[in-house]
Amino acid sequence: MLDRLANWLRKIGHSAIEGIWRLGYAGKFMLLTLLGSGSSFTRIGLVVRELYYTGVRSLVIIIVSGLFVGMVLGLQGYETLQRYGASSSLGVMVALALVRELGPVVAALLFASRAGSAITAEIGLMKATEQLSAMEMMAVDPISRVVAPRFWSGVISMPLLAAIFNAMGIFGGYLIGVVLIGLDEGSYWSQTHAGVDFRYDILNGIIKSFVFGIAVSAIAVFEGYDSPPTAEGVSGATTRTVVTSSLVILFLDFILTSFMFRGV
Amino acid sequence: MQSENFLEVKDLNFTYDTRPILKGINMTIPRGKVVAIMGGSGCGKTTLLRLIGGQLKPSRGHVKFDGRIIHELSRRELYETRRKMGMLFQFGALFTDLSVFDNVAFQMREHTDLPESVIRDLVLMKLHAVGLRGARDLMPNELSGGMARRVALARTIALDPMLIMYDEPFTGLDPISLGVIGNLIRKLNDALGATSIVVTHDVLESFQIVDYVYFVSEGAIVAHGTPEELQKSTVPFVHQFIHGEIDGPVPFHYPAADYPEDLALESGNA
Amino acid sequence: MERTTLDLWVGIFIAAGIGAILVLALKVGNMSSLDGSNSYQVYAYFDNIGGLKPRAPIKSAGVVVGRVARIEFDAKQYRAKVTFDLDRKYQFSKDSTASILTSGLLGEQYVGLETGAEDDMLKAGDTIQFTQSAVVLEKLIGQLMFNKAGSGNHK
Repeated sequence: MLDRLANWLRKIGHSAIEGIWRLGYAGKFMLLTLLGSGSSFTRIGLVVRELYYTGVRSLVIIIVSGLFVGMVLGLQGYETLQRYGASSSLGVMVALALVRELGPVVAALLFASRAGSAITAEIGLMKATEQLSAMEMMAVDPISRVVAPRFWSGVISMPLLAAIFNAMGIFGGYLIGVVLIGLDEGSYWSQTHAGVDFRYDILNGIIKSFVFGIAVSAIAVFEGYDSPPTAEGVSGATTRTVVTSSLVILFLDFILTSFMFRGV
Repeated sequence: MQSENFLEVKDLNFTYDTRPILKGINMTIPRGKVVAIMGGSGCGKTTLLRLIGGQLKPSRGHVKFDGRIIHELSRRELYETRRKMGMLFQFGALFTDLSVFDNVAFQMREHTDLPESVIRDLVLMKLHAVGLRGARDLMPNELSGGMARRVALARTIALDPMLIMYDEPFTGLDPISLGVIGNLIRKLNDALGATSIVVTHDVLESFQIVDYVYFVSEGAIVAHGTPEELQKSTVPFVHQFIHGEIDGPVPFHYPAADYPEDLALESGNA
Repeated sequence: MERTTLDLWVGIFIAAGIGAILVLALKVGNMSSLDGSNSYQVYAYFDNIGGLKPRAPIKSAGVVVGRVARIEFDAKQYRAKVTFDLDRKYQFSKDSTASILTSGLLGEQYVGLETGAEDDMLKAGDTIQFTQSAVVLEKLIGQLMFNKAGSGNHK
């Protein structure tokens, strides 16, 4: 009995130390990535190429989901608002919900599962097939040649994708509110316009998506680079990217929201 | 100059976690030679190559390449030195997102400011040397194993390295490709005036092309000599290895308890 | 460097992203939160601000002319010190009146600003002298009942 307890404690302690070790390793890796980022900016072609894979390839899912999230918000919002005779506020409600919360968060979750997992799998496979080793032996630093461009492309795409998601969502809300339900178009837009502040609402939303972009990209490249060079290793790392990113996004969202929108 | 020791490995030890992989390896490789390092699977041959390439740091001892100790170089110097090395990985390790042409051009684009027209000519020359000039626009996943290995070889020699390392170049090839690669290793070495290290366990193929052989077993060198000397060797391990005998110093059975005991056939329990 | 269709797609993507931000900025949001360069700050003291919140609009003749920047409690005067961010485009006289009003019966509270007769205009850092506090419903009802009782006695 005592033996089992001791064993259990030992296991917990072991995994705690392991976790801290990994965290330190991840920190060192991020530092190396930042230090190795020079070539990402001098050779912009590298980042542009990755932007295609992280950004352009995510466009369809972002546009479609944005549209549907906006339409659902329109339907649900109207349902509730009209009980209080405030259905003309539908535009504000949809826009604020999207710009402040749903846009950055949902776009980041989609981005993590679409582009983040792809980045992890790609880097993991490059490692498993010794491509990273080969690069190192060719005197090319894989961190600055492979990791950094992917990291930066993720950081750049995320706010753009979130903005596209928001615009599509607001358009979806407009489709439901004005085209389908028949609210007055003028008052819909003017209420939205009056209720949404650029700096307070939109800019804060963009900052959020920027932070999420950094987090997701960092997790994705690290998991890929750190993955064991086997088939199971890569698939495990891909799963971890999606799970860890999602949790980190939601956690960061809570932190950022409590800073940005504190009871004002 | 010819007899100068181009690569010198002295008392090289490497320990992974607490498991010793290499135990006191000594070897000297003169300029211009093709040297084979042989041994069973998992005896630390690949580790040895990584130590030479500076991807790992030895626990004790050193590797001296062209008069400089590898693990004492700064990161910049190490990268400088690696430009003089080429390494062919076991399965080629071609960049799967680049075409054959771009794979071979990779180092030239990374390390030189040559104009694209010069790079084109150089790449086609290297591809011609391995007989794959016509495959320049294919992607790596469209190549057969042997072709991929040859493209990787062209990429390895892209910047005319002084030292070429081959990690299991013969694994998984059909006899024709095997002959082609073996031939190329020898021909390229002599044409480029390079020095080559071939890590392999393919006795037949490598004995035809190499000048000298080191036998590694359990992290230590057990025998070395020219192929002719080793053919006649009486060292039990070498004999077993060259002739592919099932049992010998390398036992067929993984260490285990006594067989009848394991099966609970002891008279008392039966 | 040669141009490829990949570059084209990335270009489209970046343009779409920036376009979306512009749409959000121009069509959806308003730039009304004035930054320092377009606004000037004045102060006003109120006995009671009711439910006034930072970022509430400041209206003159119903038009938004600024926003409430800060609300503090002045421990010396035991009054609320409210900082206004006013649009530089609009000038108000020194004897303007600031009153806290409510849009509709239960709507949000805002500041109504009425200009006075003086020629001198409010400058950044000035304090508005004439203020009217928020109407607190409970007090109003209490007053009403007191008055009713008083007038009854006199009869």
